[in-house]
Amino acid sequence: MSAIKADTIIEPYVLENRGQSLFQVNRRVFVDDKILTLEERRIFDKCWLYIGHESELPEPGDFLTRDVGGRELIFVRSQDDVVRAFFNTCPHRGAIVCREKQGNEKMFRCMYHAWAFDLGGKLISRPEDERYHAEGGDDIHDLVSVAHLENYRGLYFVNFDEAATEDLSSYLAGAKEFIDLTVDQSEVGMEIVGGTQEYGFDANWKLLAENSFDGYHGMPTHTTYFDYVIAAGGQLGDAGTRVNEIHDLGNGHAAIEYGGPWGRPVAKSVAGWGEQGEADTAALRAGLERRFGKERADRIAYHNFNMLIFPNLVINNIMAVTFRTFYPQAANKQHVKAWALAPKDESKIMRQRRLYNFLEFLGPGGFATPDDCEALKMCQQGYQNLNYTAWNDISKGMGENSQITTDEEQMRVFWREWDRRIQGAEK
Amino acid sequence: MSVTLTQRSDVTVTRSELEDFLFYEAALLDAWELTEWLTLFAEGADYWVPPAGSSDDADPANKLFYVADDYFRLTERVKRLGKKAAHVEWPKSRCRHLVSNVRILDGTDDSFRVTSNFVTYRSKNGSTEIYLGHHIYTMSLTGGDIKILKKVSFLDVDNLNDQGKVSIII
Ligand code: FES
Ligand SMILES: [Fe+2]
Repeated sequence: MSAIKADTIIEPYVLENRGQSLFQVNRRVFVDDKILTLEERRIFDKCWLYIGHESELPEPGDFLTRDVGGRELIFVRSQDDVVRAFFNTCPHRGAIVCREKQGNEKMFRCMYHAWAFDLGGKLISRPEDERYHAEGGDDIHDLVSVAHLENYRGLYFVNFDEAATEDLSSYLAGAKEFIDLTVDQSEVGMEIVGGTQEYGFDANWKLLAENSFDGYHGMPTHTTYFDYVIAAGGQLGDAGTRVNEIHDLGNGHAAIEYGGPWGRPVAKSVAGWGEQGEADTAALRAGLERRFGKERADRIAYHNFNMLIFPNLVINNIMAVTFRTFYPQAANKQHVKAWALAPKDESKIMRQRRLYNFLEFLGPGGFATPDDCEALKMCQQGYQNLNYTAWNDISKGMGENSQITTDEEQMRVFWREWDRRIQGAEK
Repeated sequence: MSVTLTQRSDVTVTRSELEDFLFYEAALLDAWELTEWLTLFAEGADYWVPPAGSSDDADPANKLFYVADDYFRLTERVKRLGKKAAHVEWPKSRCRHLVSNVRILDGTDDSFRVTSNFVTYRSKNGSTEIYLGHHIYTMSLTGGDIKILKKVSFLDVDNLNDQGKVSIII
């Protein structure tokens, strides 16, 4: 794709005209390197970014390495049981210190000159230490911690901004309610199951932000998935609930909430699961009712939601629960990480149903995700014509009294926040 | 090399017969003859693609696979890939399945396991993706016909950042 010169960028990037019920996004925001640089500085350097789940580090000494927002990080549970995040870079001359994806260690030793660090990041030994005489801060030879690391109900987030004033809880705002609805599925807690899916494709990262909670594309893009659901004994329209809403959760976060034809391993069975499935989900639902009362139990059991926590954590609580992050490698390329979340105390058969559900829709081999990626690649390719056709339309539902999940208000929530941050505006 | 089933000393299959079978399978996949390809499987067969870099004992009960199809879903996968609405494979990608290093691993009562290395190229819309790894098949001989009971395709790569998906049969 030919590069667009920075000086040819035409603002505005986002146009909202409420009087005309028109919302447009400038297609240059998907192709321009100058925008990408602004996103790095004003979004990924400033926002709270998901790094991992507490269940990925169950024991002291457990660690994993992960790139988050273009940074190579070590995410570790130290011997003192404190969860920490370090930049995975040697204070000596910069080599990646920890080269494994995950494991359990008592210390990290850099391969290059063998500086060794404890899991709190402190330098504990180095060859020929007696030949160092530098005066300075005590910690200049230690691993550097990320500025902020906090967790909400087991979900850990980092913030690279030393000057950040907003803590995680207030940043998450209304998104906490939907995290609660997911985590409350289990009395004993949730866990990441079976590792991380990593895949990439040629489309701007914001296209996946939009797609992850786009209710409008469901039928046209995923007809083959719905064909399959029917073949597997699901019934379209058999949703357990009539809810159909969009929620603006504050700070650029939004969710769509709706009923679906698929079985939910939480507590909604489908014909394909048989009588056993009915009995299993009835028992789970009774447990939810005991803990939360009928109304909230029904919501946890029946309601699907797709949520985007700005800028790029997707939590989709649908036929299974998936977490997903995605970062730009270039304006037209992104890398995705995806996980499955499940109750720790889930029965073997329900876990089977959950993973079976997950794979039929989600991930690189699913019946749906590859078609999403194809759609986003087609958009990216289409933007080569942006000098002649410059605007995306995100207006669906504007001017209506209420918003339904096939409208586009959730995307407008994302774009308003994106634009505010890119313009450098105060809240 | 050949394998003789322990329960049925009359049944022997040689490596070159197996190679013929695997090369035929590859040809069907290259030609997108998936309905015919499905007939190489016994009813009740499984088709798995574990996550990139998995060891040979990877189990979909505790690992997040890319594909863990039972026979029903495999049948549905074939049906889906035959439809124009399977957007990722429409228009159809061009594929070449290269198969080599065929070895018979072992034989049990009435089945045997065969491994091969593979490189599969998928080309569409100006870019070519490369899938590489090894297959482990569990097979049986039914009435003189080789049938696949289980096919597991291990991707010997770090992740799918370059491939993005497993939308073809590899
Ligand atoms: S770069 Fe790590 S010890 Fe020298
Ligand atoms: Fe989709």
